[in-house]
Amino acid sequence: MKVRTRSDLAKLRSDGLSTLYPPGLRISVGMATCGLAAGAAEVYDALHDEADRLGLYLMLIPTGCIGYCQQEPLVDVRVSGRGRLLYARVTPDRARNMIASLAAGDLPAEGALAYIPEENSELSKPSEALAGVPLLNELPFYSQQRKIVLRNSGLIDPVSLEEYIAREGYQSLALALLDDTPQGVIDHVLDSGLRGRGGAGFPTGRKWQTCHGIQAQSKYIICNGDEGDPGAYVDRTVLEGDPYSVIEGMTIGGYAIGAREGFIYVRDEYPLAIERITQALAQAEKLGLLGENIFSSGFDFNASIVRGAGAFVCGEETALISSIEGGLGEPRPRPPFPATSGLWGKPTIINNVKTLATIPAIIRHGADWYASIGTEGNTGTVVFSLVGKVANTGLVEVPLGLTLYDMIESIGGGGLNGKQVKAIQTGGPSGGCLPTALYNLPITYENMTQAGSIMGSGGMVVMDEDTCMVDVARYFLGFTMAESCGKCTPCREGTRYMYDILTRITSGEGTLKDLELLEEVAEWVKTASLCGLGQTAPNPVLSTLRYFRDEYEAHVKDKRCPAGFCRALIRLTILPDLCTGCGLCQRECPVGAISGEKKKLHVIDQELCTHCRLCYNICPEGAVEIVR
Amino acid sequence: MPLIEQPPPPSGGALLAKLHEINAKHGYLPEQYLRSAADKLGIPLSQVYSAATFYSAFSLKPRGRHTIKVCMGTACYIRGGDRLLEKVEATLGLKNGETTNDLVFTLETVHCLGSCSMAPVMRVDNDTYGRMKADHLPRILKKYRPIDIAAQEFKEQGI
Repeated sequence: MKVRTRSDLAKLRSDGLSTLYPPGLRISVGMATCGLAAGAAEVYDALHDEADRLGLYLMLIPTGCIGYCQQEPLVDVRVSGRGRLLYARVTPDRARNMIASLAAGDLPAEGALAYIPEENSELSKPSEALAGVPLLNELPFYSQQRKIVLRNSGLIDPVSLEEYIAREGYQSLALALLDDTPQGVIDHVLDSGLRGRGGAGFPTGRKWQTCHGIQAQSKYIICNGDEGDPGAYVDRTVLEGDPYSVIEGMTIGGYAIGAREGFIYVRDEYPLAIERITQALAQAEKLGLLGENIFSSGFDFNASIVRGAGAFVCGEETALISSIEGGLGEPRPRPPFPATSGLWGKPTIINNVKTLATIPAIIRHGADWYASIGTEGNTGTVVFSLVGKVANTGLVEVPLGLTLYDMIESIGGGGLNGKQVKAIQTGGPSGGCLPTALYNLPITYENMTQAGSIMGSGGMVVMDEDTCMVDVARYFLGFTMAESCGKCTPCREGTRYMYDILTRITSGEGTLKDLELLEEVAEWVKTASLCGLGQTAPNPVLSTLRYFRDEYEAHVKDKRCPAGFCRALIRLTILPDLCTGCGLCQRECPVGAISGEKKKLHVIDQELCTHCRLCYNICPEGAVEIVR
Repeated sequence: MPLIEQPPPPSGGALLAKLHEINAKHGYLPEQYLRSAADKLGIPLSQVYSAATFYSAFSLKPRGRHTIKVCMGTACYIRGGDRLLEKVEATLGLKNGETTNDLVFTLETVHCLGSCSMAPVMRVDNDTYGRMKADHLPRILKKYRPIDIAAQEFKEQGI
């Protein structure tokens, strides 16, 4: 069947509702890459086999990620008429026990992380039996969140077009194609205030308007899913968990600017995202939601996937275009901007995954609704992957304008293992490290830039007292040095030069003059580089010099690493009073530097020791001391 | 608008798709396949070669049957990714970028696998392993090279 009218859509919607909210039992297992890394596949198999063995009839669905990655593997159990519970850190054994309880007619509250309330349903609140279980939206991790981009992720079967439609999917495309003009669509996006979520924050509507106004035989729209920033995985989650939202947003964008062809560029490191998008494109085509004469409106649109090949610079839009054209992923100077001359010299719009996933929500609920979320000039929501040394890791979607404190302390629950948070890193290698002194800073594009970082595409990495800020700067410069495409000299040579200086400093061979030199080189790489990669590459250096200069000085003047991290500046010893001789460190040491008999004092051979600190991390007694 | 527009090339991403296809089949990019790819796509071999060497997903040298990628993303790095790499190197007797003599494993680092909440993370082929600890390694590697690793374990235990 092909979807031609709204009533066709309504039919699919009821199909989707019947699987989303079935009369019996539905179990969803979060099986995005993060879930799989935590062992969700084994949990899924255990649920499946045990249900089979006990003859329990159920719908077992692999879904995307619901965001609380810390608690993965997550299992969502819905029993019609009874309730809906989310279980955290499920093991295969627990999964089998759950099936046994369910088969016996039980919905065990024990071990449940939260109750998932369903709007306008009999399951909108927990029954008396489940009254002790906290509501999902009242957990500290979720209470300040507002899900727009992540509205479906983890809740629907990612490849079921029917379930996507059941949750308002494709209503917006119908609205746009049947009731609105391209200019009307652009006006909604302009009025919503949506800004590009790839990180730069350029108003999406203005980009579209420019492209719309140009006469050309062909135009293109590209979805940038080359999410290369280390520490960010929002785009992956959306592509894996809700691929149709991106495809629908892209189709609406194509209609608005007058493009009939689109490309979704996904990085090679995301095999599951590539698989899901490929399946979703095929399904949308089969049902006529891609192809000719969509909704009988006369509008034709096709989309295909391009798989990247492991080059960070391809996230830069002109490099990405060049990569699709079959050239190297090398950027070119702008202007001309792709909106006037992009893919094969044709007007081209490039939008980030999150931007496109937001579009259907704006069209469906209106520009005013979207603009009412967030703050003036920074409307809507932003999604961060909150990771690193923080208690609660996961994906967090919040209205713009929340403070860093809200993110790290309220939602993130503070430092990992009760340690003191020292810095917040956003924007990947293009961003900076902000100190906790800026905890009260509201998160907006402008504030983040003024503070010396950037909003970026979603990475928010928390660092604690054990993280050396000079080493972090060196880490990022190592990254940009390796990923610099080499086309322009300031970036190619400058990143290497800065990396060398930082390596000297972290090896205890730096001088005060090196700090001046570092600042000078940073300024000219920033000014003279061709594309965003080089222009922003010095940010990690400049921001750490600005906020953590004392750490640089300690490395240079006192040859001391305050965090106890830099290998050349520390020594590890075992404290005789605390060592129980358990042998854990001996087994952990990669170079065999630790010796000692069982239940006797162990000793580190200083000649062999590489100062990797694995022994320090594993010792249950805290007997390994870092001498700074 | 010019009267006659140049027709656009047949399809976007064709070269990358072709290289991925060859890579998936052979594990690397053998020269004769690059030559025939250039012929088929009607582009110079130099263009194919420059793409084959620009992107880190491709290799001109044979690689192991299984590729181990240790994640060096920010979250993994600050949660001990570099140490995990050292442990993998020590276990396999390999340096980053090398392949075992029996062509079973190639060891690489990757800038981010996008599973940052599970840091530190590594991937073998398409299987991702999160919350990695050094002592998980033997069990994981065994899945991909059962005999050799078992032999090594026996040796260690003096069997």
